Amino acid sequence: MVDLSINFGGIKAPNPFWLASAPPTNSGYQIMKAFDAGWGGAVWKTLGVPVVNVSSRYGSVNYRDTRMMGFNNIELITDRPLEDNLREIEEVKKYFPDHAVIASLMVESRAEWEQIIKDVENAGADGIELNFGCPHGMCERGMGSAVGQEPEVLKTIVEWVKEAATIPVITKLSPNISHITDPGLAAVQGGTDSISLINTIKSIVGIDLDSYAPLPIVDGKGTNGGYCGPAVKPIAMHMIKDLAQHPEISKVPISGIGGVETWRDVVEFILLGATSVQVCTAVMHYGFGIVREMEAGLRQFMEEKNYSTIYDFAGKALPNVTEWKHLNLKYKVVAEINEDKCVGCELCYIACDDGAHQAIALSDDATNRIPSIIEENCVGCNLCSLVCPVEDCISMVKRDDGTEHVTWDERTQNDDIPVTFNDDRAGGKGHYVPLPTDALKK
Amino acid sequence: MAEYKRPTSEAEFQENFKQKNPLMNDTQAYYESSRCLFCYDAPCIQACPTHIDIPLFIKQIHTDNVTGASKTIFEANWLGNACGIVCPTGVLCEGACVYNHQDVPPIQIGRLQNYATNKTINSGKELFEKGEANGKKVAIVGSGPAGIACAAELSVMGYEVDIFEAKENPSGLTVHGIAPYKITNEEVLKEVKYLQDQLKFNIHYNSAITSKEQIKDLESKYDAIFIGVGLGQTAELNLKGENNEGVVGAVEFIEELRMKHHRVKVPKSVVVIGGGNTAMDAASEAARMGARKTVLAYRRSKDKMGAYGFEYDLAISAGVDSLFNVTPLEIVGNGKVEGVKFAKTENQNGELKVNMNNVFIVKCEMVIKATGQAKQGHFYDLIDDLEIDKRTRIVVDDKTFQCSNKKYFAGGDAINGGAEVVNAAYDGKMAARGIDNWLNE
Repeated sequence: MVDLSINFGGIKAPNPFWLASAPPTNSGYQIMKAFDAGWGGAVWKTLGVPVVNVSSRYGSVNYRDTRMMGFNNIELITDRPLEDNLREIEEVKKYFPDHAVIASLMVESRAEWEQIIKDVENAGADGIELNFGCPHGMCERGMGSAVGQEPEVLKTIVEWVKEAATIPVITKLSPNISHITDPGLAAVQGGTDSISLINTIKSIVGIDLDSYAPLPIVDGKGTNGGYCGPAVKPIAMHMIKDLAQHPEISKVPISGIGGVETWRDVVEFILLGATSVQVCTAVMHYGFGIVREMEAGLRQFMEEKNYSTIYDFAGKALPNVTEWKHLNLKYKVVAEINEDKCVGCELCYIACDDGAHQAIALSDDATNRIPSIIEENCVGCNLCSLVCPVEDCISMVKRDDGTEHVTWDERTQNDDIPVTFNDDRAGGKGHYVPLPTDALKK
Repeated sequence: MAEYKRPTSEAEFQENFKQKNPLMNDTQAYYESSRCLFCYDAPCIQACPTHIDIPLFIKQIHTDNVTGASKTIFEANWLGNACGIVCPTGVLCEGACVYNHQDVPPIQIGRLQNYATNKTINSGKELFEKGEANGKKVAIVGSGPAGIACAAELSVMGYEVDIFEAKENPSGLTVHGIAPYKITNEEVLKEVKYLQDQLKFNIHYNSAITSKEQIKDLESKYDAIFIGVGLGQTAELNLKGENNEGVVGAVEFIEELRMKHHRVKVPKSVVVIGGGNTAMDAASEAARMGARKTVLAYRRSKDKMGAYGFEYDLAISAGVDSLFNVTPLEIVGNGKVEGVKFAKTENQNGELKVNMNNVFIVKCEMVIKATGQAKQGHFYDLIDDLEIDKRTRIVVDDKTFQCSNKKYFAGGDAINGGAEVVNAAYDGKMAARGIDNWLNE
């Protein structure tokens, strides 16, 4: 029996599907609608100081026939009156007492933090999320990512908050930083109950070719926005992994944010150590109903794998995410083309010849469009199998017998690393490349 | 059983002759263009007689560079818009699309091509200009696709071009001889006008070349002459009763239909004789004009038909019946057609035998002969030393399209005996290059 309920650093919810603090959580109306649709929690659109928003706020990166593969916004925190938001938090909690309602907060002075914490606690919020991530507008006023990029400042504010708050505190991190573990560790040292990440990435999603202004355009000008959507998922996963593998930071739970749209994304985030996920762009694109697919898929996965709670597999991929120096240098795969499936697009050929290692040949017979692998040139890079448009047509086949295992790290320790390019132990030595002038032969 | 009501107005005609390949809208083009895999050495390019860089123009459509897409298309094929609509893409580019191997519908290349060029033509955006005058003049006989393509290519190179056209419209069979549900006259004519506006070649209408004097005149005034005269009227069957009222040639029938639409009178029962694409068109058109019974009669079996399978299917779907292995013996009638007397044929070791013991009459009020067009032999006789093959096709060099009389070049149906618009467009373009090479030798 699958049980999706979670206890995320003291915040309970019927499932791990939460709405991230963003336009979909701007009002009690939206959050009630979301809970009714199946979401287990919601982080209210950030409450704080009064702001004024601009008109034209979102920009998008479309790829082929997919719209909003990447998305950015220059919207600020909530522009609705604080008392309206507090009243609606109270009302939502009345209707959905078991769902998680988390108040995202962003203010400046210690006194302001203490006051607003008191306000949201009185309204019945289940937790607080500290918005240290917003990379546009608010940071120019010393808040949002301006805090997220200064671990010491971040730690101090977390300490203030923890002293004042009686409900659990989530610290939301900005990805606009070199090492995510720096603010992550500061948050933990400041006493945070949990961490959420990533906030949006500083971005320019496009330039209008007529007005020469960045998108979204506000009266002929634009500014950097915060990038999110499916395109940022790989960056989010890497940062979640960094925190989940950190000996100190991993003591607190992580709420994963960044490009989550399908059950697969959810499972991947959990496998990297997240125990709740927050979603925004997918909802802005498809509405709250998207959660049906996530929940059905997650349940199906858990049933097939015999997991009863998400904690049964949370972090299960982490032992396999290692440093490059620990990878087995003796492992060897080569590409194999299934000629029955090949449709003759020759994309593998040109990708390999122009973009990789010249290990695929075309037939001399012009009527035969099925390419062949030149196995001695194949380094097992995967590129051909990635560009192939046919499912399971090109597979990477294991060629080593599995008996040997040597890593760069081990070779370094054994003083067995190449020191010159002529060294027989050097990787590329003797590997075939065509002559430069072969490029001009027709 | 016919499925179409007799059209009595232009609106009803348009309904019965709905465009087979309607213009794509922006959204359709956006999604369809996103599917292209951008194959290496793409099979679609190889399958196109004019070798348009199809993956490139599809990518250009997708990246909102429709003008660039049109340029890619026109640079390879001056009749890119018409070809996008009328090309038998199922056996050319789309037939070669690798998606076919996956049982996935191929990219709708023809419709995407038409989408791009139509948009550019309608915008009036000029992509080409007449080349700097090189002082040389070329005459072109016939303004069909071969002649237009030749004229456009020569104009870009700086030649002064005069086209002599017997009819009052350009485009030859593209306007006069293609089924109305495949392309409209407006669509064809606007492309020619678009090219002419930019490239400034001259077309002299109602200017048939019919005498030796005219030929001598052309030879003295022009540096080279391109023959793009296509084919002539429907060939005679030499059957008894062929002169009865109600016996028409398919080419003439289609031409009348394209010009007069619903005002053409098609009776209740029609027999179409022939097994080529023109026969399919004529039969389909008769059915769409409201004939209650249209019978397609072909002397061999179904699989021996020259027509493409999809053309046959289209005729059948219009309500046409077919009769295979029959040969006409006589057109029955006394002044007016009353039927066709057929005999069954048998294939004996590859030879077609007529079985005179199995003779029957199919009653009808109209007979459409789609048994091939006569060649323009009488015209070729006007030109000295012009080599013609046994099937009355002009013999040309397969690369330069130059004739045995070196001053002449030729292309299109006149050299291939009847093929697609796209073949003519290719011939015309290549002949222009042949002319340029020859004059600069």
